Amino acid sequence: MGILEVKGVNKRFGGLQALGNVNLSIQENTVHAIIGPNGAGKSTLLNVLVGKLIPDTGSVMFDGQSVLGRKPHEINQMGISRVFQTPEIFGDLNVMENVLIPCFAKRDGSFRMHAFESVPNEKDLIEKAEQMLIDVKMIDKRKMHAASMSRGDKRRLEMAMCLVQEPRLLLLDEPTAGMARADTNNTIDLLKEIKAKRDITMAIIEHDMHVVFSLAERITVLAQGTPLVEDSPENIKGHPKVQEAYLGQAHG
Amino acid sequence: MDAILLQILNGLDKGSAYALIALGLTLIFGTLGVVNFAHGALFMIGAFCSVTMQRILTISKVTIDDTKTDFLGNPLKVETPYAVDWFGPDLGSAIIDWSVPLAILLAIPVMIAIGFAMERGLIKHFYKRPHADQILVTFGLAIVLQEIIKYFYGANPIPTPAPAHFTGSFDFGVWLGFEPNAIIYPLWRLVYFIFSLIIIGAVFAFLQLTTFGMVVRAGMADRETVGLLGININKRFTIMFGIAAAVAGLAGVMYAPINSPNYHMGMDFLVLSFVVVVVGGMGSLSGAVLAGFLLGILESFASMNEIKSLIPGIDQIIIYLIAIVILLTRPRGLMGRKGVMEE
Amino acid sequence: MLGLDKRDTKFLWIVIFLTLATPVLLQPFPEGSALAQFNAGYPDLMQRFAIFGIFAIGFNILFGLTGYLSFGHAAFLGIGSYSVVWMYKLLDYNVIWGLPLAVIMSGIFALGIGYISLRRSGIYFSILTLAFAQMSFALAYSVLTPLTNGETGLQVYTSDKQILMGATEPNSPHFFGIVMRDNFWQPNIGGWQFTFNNGYYFCAIIAIIAFYISMRIFRSPFGMMLRAVKSNQQRMSYTGLSPRPYTLAAFVISGMYAGLAGGLLASMDPLAGAERMQWTASGEVVLMTILGGAGTLLGPVLGAGFIKYFENIFSKINDNVLHGWFSFLPDGLEDFVVAVIHPFVGKGWHLTLGLLFMAVVIFLPGGLVELGQRIGRLFSRKAAEDETTADVKPAE
Repeated sequence: MGILEVKGVNKRFGGLQALGNVNLSIQENTVHAIIGPNGAGKSTLLNVLVGKLIPDTGSVMFDGQSVLGRKPHEINQMGISRVFQTPEIFGDLNVMENVLIPCFAKRDGSFRMHAFESVPNEKDLIEKAEQMLIDVKMIDKRKMHAASMSRGDKRRLEMAMCLVQEPRLLLLDEPTAGMARADTNNTIDLLKEIKAKRDITMAIIEHDMHVVFSLAERITVLAQGTPLVEDSPENIKGHPKVQEAYLGQAHG
Repeated sequence: MDAILLQILNGLDKGSAYALIALGLTLIFGTLGVVNFAHGALFMIGAFCSVTMQRILTISKVTIDDTKTDFLGNPLKVETPYAVDWFGPDLGSAIIDWSVPLAILLAIPVMIAIGFAMERGLIKHFYKRPHADQILVTFGLAIVLQEIIKYFYGANPIPTPAPAHFTGSFDFGVWLGFEPNAIIYPLWRLVYFIFSLIIIGAVFAFLQLTTFGMVVRAGMADRETVGLLGININKRFTIMFGIAAAVAGLAGVMYAPINSPNYHMGMDFLVLSFVVVVVGGMGSLSGAVLAGFLLGILESFASMNEIKSLIPGIDQIIIYLIAIVILLTRPRGLMGRKGVMEE
Repeated sequence: MLGLDKRDTKFLWIVIFLTLATPVLLQPFPEGSALAQFNAGYPDLMQRFAIFGIFAIGFNILFGLTGYLSFGHAAFLGIGSYSVVWMYKLLDYNVIWGLPLAVIMSGIFALGIGYISLRRSGIYFSILTLAFAQMSFALAYSVLTPLTNGETGLQVYTSDKQILMGATEPNSPHFFGIVMRDNFWQPNIGGWQFTFNNGYYFCAIIAIIAFYISMRIFRSPFGMMLRAVKSNQQRMSYTGLSPRPYTLAAFVISGMYAGLAGGLLASMDPLAGAERMQWTASGEVVLMTILGGAGTLLGPVLGAGFIKYFENIFSKINDNVLHGWFSFLPDGLEDFVVAVIHPFVGKGWHLTLGLLFMAVVIFLPGGLVELGQRIGRLFSRKAAEDETTADVKPAE
């Protein structure tokens, strides 16, 4: 029984079958990559997992509870965090505040009227946020205006914001899309470090094979909205069906 | 039955004004993505074009008539409008009488010029700014425009009569087979309605039938792609802004006899026209026209005594009430495209 | 002190000092001098500073922090005023009954209006709030006349019950016997005429409390969340936070501030009219906030003071005054200068306001506060340059 169980999920957009009978099981404490050519339904699947889309049929269970029909903030409170393709951060706030907000969300739930408390008095949360910034090597940028940072730093900050919540499942949507090779490698190293330091389950949706094979422990190949195979990276590399559906196409 | 018809007719003239202002608003929003709070001021300036025309035509030459004296015993000063002096008493006074329709000739160039100046001088710099900034700067502009008008024309409404030909009423009832005097409708309002239909038709024909209009429509649908095709969409949008200004202005010119122009009439109409645009669907031209007439007519129905006694005050709030319901249940409006400003 | 850090405490003390010293500070010119017309230290105007300051501080909690632009806050101002006048009519002239009611009533209305309006954002939110305010305005003028006294405006009549009214009680708004319109001290010191007015100090103390509360909100986790709403709602909900209750809370708080301001207006002058709810009044508070600097603590207060001051002073300047100023110029030139300035002063004050407002939105989105900061930076840079030049140039 995995931490995330997707069973028989179908989703149609008009005449297009975006997801056809998707079954997927993500085991706790693994890095699970979902790959597939363009239009395979990766983004649709991710949006189903975070509650943005509701599938026509099927179930998505996280830790024994259904996520379907829940709002994004409720799903996050269940323990699922998401990293976006283009980093989504609070651009008008400084780096420290960016990390503090998820700390409050984790402690106080989705809404609390703490209008008469003072942020500097929350010593525990500040310490926690500082520790997180040290972990991602951003402590010297704590006072920086988040919008003015480089894209790589924004990505780093977004991950810190997700990780500081200690999510049980971290969803990454093409975390290295549009990055230079050096930045991509930095991101891979960061993710590896994170994985080494704590128990965390990650589901990565990725295009870049280099990223996938450096990180993933399990890989699901999606094609035309249906999982083709699911196996370890070694087996996926040589799998004829995958070669045909994906790699063959990509290189052909 | 005749009461219902009467209310529909009564709603048409206000509905026409709403539709014309909303048409310009939504055209500007659809093409430029700008929320123009100064659009009501353009309507108001149009109405003052009528006032100006009337004043120009009645500029008089003063002659002294030695044969008569005024009550102080001095020779009588006779003011003869130049129009009468030049064209003779018959044609001259006819021209003065027709000053409102003639003001159209003045309004078109004036409004287009104001539209161009506004777009090039101010709006252009706000394409990339948030909607809130656009609202704020055009709100400031609306204040400025209305204060300028107030400075030159004073704060009181200025009566601007329609040509004598149209001051009477038209008995619709007889025409449709009802009792005489059952449905009486002022002629000028009928003229206004027909005039607005012509303008609306002209705008639609222009957008549908000309290549210019085709490019603009394409730009409304997908600005970036059109830009990529190497078409200078910005120049066309400037022209579109001029046209929208002219439409609002013309709506104002012809509205002057219905409601004596005053400096704050623009603001009064703006709020309602915005509601009309929202109900019709932001960026939808046919939606603006439909919602304009619909709300005008509903407003007139709500002011029937039978309905007012049923729900007191409904005539005052019906438009806002409808807007609230529409915004909450169908945020894209009656005819808005899916996905446009739905959030 | 009071849950604020050192810098904020100092800031608060400065604000308190300035507020309490206003009757002196705004009276810089001696009575009878040519510049005395620029004095603003008279009670009616100072009360307006404080009241509209409160209105703008509250509006800023919504607009400045969350970015939701409401065009209907005047409705709450009106509700506050009506509540207070009703308490005069039913109980007595003590404002202690009306003001809490004003805050509660406007809070309830804000909850309802906010709950519906906040289902949409951006321009749709603005139009929804505008629609609600216009509806309130229209209803106050027509159907609700039994409650609002329609066009005449709500006021106290001798036929009103006033069940708590004592025999010796003052016959105008007061706070436990402290009559609002009375002055408690009117010293004339060397030609300077100062007026210390009960009503002003009553408003000023409430304004200081209002400012302090807004300061706490700005520095609280709640305030941070509101800024997060403005910055990125998507990230916010994917961080496990529900934006809507936060914005609704901000909306209700700002509505209560508006109700308090409206109540205070009626505390100074026992009248309430529907025109207070018109959308131009909503526009005015938007102007104040933007002009002063949205999202800053002090900006809205500065904006409110600025607008109310110039509204009073500018509208008093007429051609005679202008001729007086420019009498040193040759006649033709004098007439010309006066003719040029004429449209912008007196009755033309709104023209100046509109132009100023456009200029601020275009060139100075941060408002007066940003202007102050820019000037400050300019000076500190100059000072720094002076120091360096002083260093390079040794004593000769």
